[in-house]
Amino acid sequence: MQKRSVFLILYIVFALLPIYWMVNMSFKTNQEILSSFTIFPQHFTWDNYRTIFTDRSWYSGYINSLIYVAINTVISITVALPAAYAFSRYSFLGDKHVFFWLLTNRMTPPAVFLLPFFQLYTTVGLMDTHVAVALAHLVFNVPLAVWILEGFMSGIPREIDETAYIDGYSFPRFFVTIFLPLIKAGVGVAAFFCFMFSWVELLLARTLTSVNAKPIVATMTRTVSASGMDWATLAAAGVLTIVPGAIVIWFVRHYIAKGFAMGRV
Amino acid sequence: MSTTTKPVNQKAWLLILPVFICVAFSAILPLMTVVNYSVQDIISPERRVFVGTEWFASVMRDSDLHAALLRQLTFSLAVLVIEIPLGIALALSMPATGWKASAVLVIVALSLLIPWNVVGTIWQIYGRADIGLLGAALKGLGFDYSYTGYANDAWMTVLVMDVWHWTPLVALLGYAGLRSIPDAYYQAARIDGASKFAVFRYIQLPKMRGVLMIAVLLRFMDSFMIYTEPFVLTGGGPGNATTFLSQYLTQKAVGQFDLGPAAAFSLIYFLIILLLCFILYNWMQRVGTADKEAV
Repeated sequence: MQKRSVFLILYIVFALLPIYWMVNMSFKTNQEILSSFTIFPQHFTWDNYRTIFTDRSWYSGYINSLIYVAINTVISITVALPAAYAFSRYSFLGDKHVFFWLLTNRMTPPAVFLLPFFQLYTTVGLMDTHVAVALAHLVFNVPLAVWILEGFMSGIPREIDETAYIDGYSFPRFFVTIFLPLIKAGVGVAAFFCFMFSWVELLLARTLTSVNAKPIVATMTRTVSASGMDWATLAAAGVLTIVPGAIVIWFVRHYIAKGFAMGRV
Repeated sequence: MSTTTKPVNQKAWLLILPVFICVAFSAILPLMTVVNYSVQDIISPERRVFVGTEWFASVMRDSDLHAALLRQLTFSLAVLVIEIPLGIALALSMPATGWKASAVLVIVALSLLIPWNVVGTIWQIYGRADIGLLGAALKGLGFDYSYTGYANDAWMTVLVMDVWHWTPLVALLGYAGLRSIPDAYYQAARIDGASKFAVFRYIQLPKMRGVLMIAVLLRFMDSFMIYTEPFVLTGGGPGNATTFLSQYLTQKAVGQFDLGPAAAFSLIYFLIILLLCFILYNWMQRVGTADKEAV
């Protein structure tokens, strides 16, 4: 066998073991989790999943999270695409500074923003809405999307733009029909990362919501209670949080894997 | 951003404008609030006293903070040294086409999608010697392992957890970067009879530079702000072994209700990250340009 497939298999085992343990825990009872070491569930049970699918406060968390994550991802990519193009193609007053400034917005510990955000969104009346969380998450997702997309756009030779303009393409038409297909990989990765970072973010999402838009990550913290941890339900909820993201990456996988189409046509 | 000459076009600002508005709305306003807190002693919402730079001075002299900063620097450095090469190696060994490529892509991405508090909780069980797979395996191999008992074990567990959790980010970025290299480059290399290493060094690595820069900066700043996972796993212990900067900050802000010092602390924290990222960014940029000139 090739050296690199051995390495790949070893890594996959390393990556999957903790996840297997989570799946394993999700089919056990709390008592079995805490009392003994078992590779397979001895008393196999679907109860933990049943709790989540029948209790409205549990499953609405998934729906709320999906709504604001989708809004956030769409806005992030839409505003980031033209900006990334500008950064990769033109030089203008303060371009380097603005580019780096964008990223500095990711460098503040989110805890710092909690109180100001709370005050800001209460003032504009957006508290406990999906839009509030989606907007707040723009702080870290837009800079990320701009940086990733800019990296991919800079890899495309500028001659392509120039040829298209000489051929009489307008900017919007060139951008959508020629340029976007060339950076499909970048768009796929950027969208996946926006989805992912917004999906797992806890502090802001929990602070800006109470009932109507309460995300799944906040619902999960309920499993810590006076009677101790509800490990099994938490594990089942954890398994279910992976599913939407796995579906997203399944859909964008072709964009990521195919990448640059030129030279193969 | 590449440093090659680009046409000057001030109208490009119009393309930036939407991003600028989005981010300014949610970043500049909150940041100003924090600056405002940092120079006041907030006794109650109605009673505030202007204290100038007093908080900054007292935070800078805090010896617990120095210890936390040192731990943090060591941890972030270890994260970069392990995750970046491992991520690149993984990106290079992931299959490029077929169902295997799709399957590997999904498997690699899984750990990223688990909420951070769940990551900590799962590793809490996973690492226990009596009921967890990792702990039991290490015990079976004869190690006296306990992440709650020994500082080194706790530190290593947090590090391994971070490698497990975040290496996929580097790998996915690198993989997407690799996939966007045109075949023409590989054909040229084949004609020249270039070795595998030469292809990596002179084609793949330079072409991945953009995405790797993002990966390095992201991993650096995120590991520097790591909070949830070690907090859930070890609670900062044993002793202070895994109390990183952000946990120390939260203890200050929430535990002691000291808004002023906490705000001053977060500004200093922010400036440290900013400075280190700026150095990293410029260094990587310079390495890249020197590379281009050499070729």
